[in-house]
Parts: sequence; structure tokens; C-alpha cells
Amino acid sequence: MNEVYGPIIRDGLWKNNPALVQLLGLCPLLAVTNTTINGLGLGLATILTLVASNGLVSLLRKQIPDEARLPVFVMIIASIVTIIELSMNAWFHELYLILGIFIPLIVTNCAITGRAEAFAARNPIGPSIVDGLMMGLGFTAVLVVLGATRELIGQGTILAEAHLMFGEAARNLTIVVFEDYRGFLMALLPPGAFIGLGLIVALKNVIDARQTTTQVKTIDAIAEQVAG
Amino acid sequence: MNIFTSKILPVGLMLAAFAVVATSLVTLTEENTRDKIIENERQTLLAAINALVNVNDYNNDILTDTIILASTEQLGTKEENTVYRARMDKTPIAVVFTAIAPNGYNGQIKLLVGINFDGNLAGVRVINHKETPGLGDKINVKKADWILKFKGLSLKNPDGSKWKVKKDGGDFDQFTGATITPRAVVTAVKKALQYYEKNRDALYKEAE
Repeated sequence: MNEVYGPIIRDGLWKNNPALVQLLGLCPLLAVTNTTINGLGLGLATILTLVASNGLVSLLRKQIPDEARLPVFVMIIASIVTIIELSMNAWFHELYLILGIFIPLIVTNCAITGRAEAFAARNPIGPSIVDGLMMGLGFTAVLVVLGATRELIGQGTILAEAHLMFGEAARNLTIVVFEDYRGFLMALLPPGAFIGLGLIVALKNVIDARQTTTQVKTIDAIAEQVAG
Repeated sequence: MNIFTSKILPVGLMLAAFAVVATSLVTLTEENTRDKIIENERQTLLAAINALVNVNDYNNDILTDTIILASTEQLGTKEENTVYRARMDKTPIAVVFTAIAPNGYNGQIKLLVGINFDGNLAGVRVINHKETPGLGDKINVKKADWILKFKGLSLKNPDGSKWKVKKDGGDFDQFTGATITPRAVVTAVKKALQYYEKNRDALYKEAE
């Protein structure tokens, strides 16, 4: 079990993170991450779509003709997104009013086609669903971190308007970090999104580089001991 | 290459089959959710109207007692605009209609304006805007209570010349770092009041 799912989990959350390594889905990612809550909203809607599309593509992978697989993926994803949007509008109207604006944005997220092509079309349904979930979580984590960073620098708060997503009780979740903060508009506007994402990618690369160096050092030390 | 021996035909047919199934599923979902969605939207609209006009102050069916205004320059509307009329036993109470501020920082700001029969504002809400998050979006009632201050105001309170943001010598607060957004909203609300003043009788006219 762990031999199959371990690498999938590591890939989705860190090693092959859709936003930080594959750099997919940047259009919605950059557009909505001006607050933590917006990031989380898009993240949740993306997870739902990724799991559903990966599951369905994997289930139909033997029927999908190889030559025409991309148009089929696009059709499956567009149908899923439309069905999710309509169903949410009908049966979860309150949630729809909050997440509704994010759902059409998901169609522009090439990470979903990417996972259908790179993973779900070649793997059984179990691993495909886990891959969708993990890629979705990895994407959401980046959305939330970027959203929180931009919100903090841009308007001096974290989790502003949490009640829009979690109800009135969550109104107190908002953390005002800087009282009387004058705001830093650039962080909230698109340039802030590009710079912020760049910094997060850089940070990930630094952490990865550190780890590699430590591993090399450990191996060197062992080699010396063995030689000595 | 012969079309019947190549793979084009089976692949094309398979693609068509997927298209038919996908479209059918979407159509099926649309049919099953249509009524529910219409009802949800009706409830949401009713809630928006009742946020402006107290539900106990009228007893007509406000969602059907309507007239349609064509594109109106004074209200900034380019499409048909429904006017909802609240009445208590046929006595006019208030009207609720859409007004658009065309000159927001980031395009149009769509407002729902409620005006009591005597010309006082029942209230204003922003329905749709693209203003800067954290700055201009304080016009949204969920983010700040700025928009609530319109309630009870009229063209005489404050005086017509004071219907400006403070920076322009008027009576209305601007936001730190955002003047254009509140300026656009204040102007649009003032214009809506002027429109009401001139057209009150036509707005309450019974539907034929």
C-alpha cells in the first residue's frame, strides 16, 4: 500500500507540487490569492474537481481513444465543472454564493488536464483519486500561503472575512496583525501575485537544495568512516 | 489513405460518443436543477429587497408588482431594469431598482437602491463590483458598514451640493487609499434620487 501511495502523496504535496514545480494553474492562482479566504475557496473547489476528474478519467481510460484523449479530457472536465456548478447552485446555494465565482475559473486550470494526462490516464482508480486529492491539497496549500502573505503585506490582516466562508461565528478568526496599517496596494494587485509566487518557489528550491547538501554530507561522512 | 481503413473513423466516432454522453449529463443536470435554481435566486432577490424595505411595511407580492425600465442614462443602466414596488393595501411604500455607477476604480459598480415614497433612501446595497480588495471593496456591506449610512438620506438631507465625498467638499467619508470608489457610489445614488424625484408617479404606475 505505502509503496504505491507514499510517492503519490509526496509528489502532490511537495516534490511535484502543481503550483511550485509544475507551475500549472497559475491563471486562477494568481488572480484570486489576494486574501487567505479567497485562496482557500478556490483551493476547495479545485480539490473537488481534481478528485472527480481524475476518478472519471481513470475509470474510462480503457475506452478513451489515445489519439483523441485531450479533447475527451477537456470535455470530461468541462462537464464535471458545469455539473458541480449547477448542483451547488441548486442544493448548496449559500455555499454557491461564496464559492460560485471560483468554479468557472477552474476550467482555466490546466493542472486538472495535466493530472488527467500524466496520471489518471495510466493508473487505476484508487491511486488516481489519491493523486487528485494530493495534487489538490498541494495546490490549496500554495494558494493559502500566497493568499495569507499578500493579505498580510497588502492590508495587515490574516483571515479577513472568514465569516463569508465559515459563517458568522468565524468573524473573530480575523487576525489584525498591524493596527492602523496603511496598506501596501501592490501586494494585492497582480504584480504582488507574481512576486509572491516567485518568492515561494525560491523558498522551496532553497529548502530542497539544503536537504540535498545535508544528504551528500551524511554520505560523505559515512564513506569516510568506512574508509577510515 | 482510405478513410475506412485508417483510425480516423473509429476515433472520431468514439469522440462523438463521448460528446453525446457528456452533453446529455450536463443537460440532465440542468433540467433537474433549473426550478430549484430559479427558486433560490428568487429567495436571494427577495432577501436583498427585504434588506432595504422592511418586510412588515408592505403586503403586496413585490416580486411580481414590477415595471421594466428601458436603458436609462440617469441610472447608468444599459439593459432592462426591473423596478420592484412595495405597497401596503395599494398605498405606495417604496421602490427598489438597480442603478449603475459607471466610473468605479475598476469599471462599473452595480447598486440596488431602495427609495421610500417620500423620497428618503430606504437603503443602498452593492450587488456587483470589481473594486480593489481591501480598499474600494469597503462599499460591500459584508466588509464595512459605510453603505448603511445612506439609509434615511434624501436630496434635502444633506443638501444636494453636499452629495460628494469629503475630499470634494461634501458630506460623505472616503476610504483610506480609495476616493474614486465612494465618489462613484455617492454620485450614482444622488442621480438615482434625482431620477426618482422626476419620475415618481410613473414608477408607481399600476401595471396594465
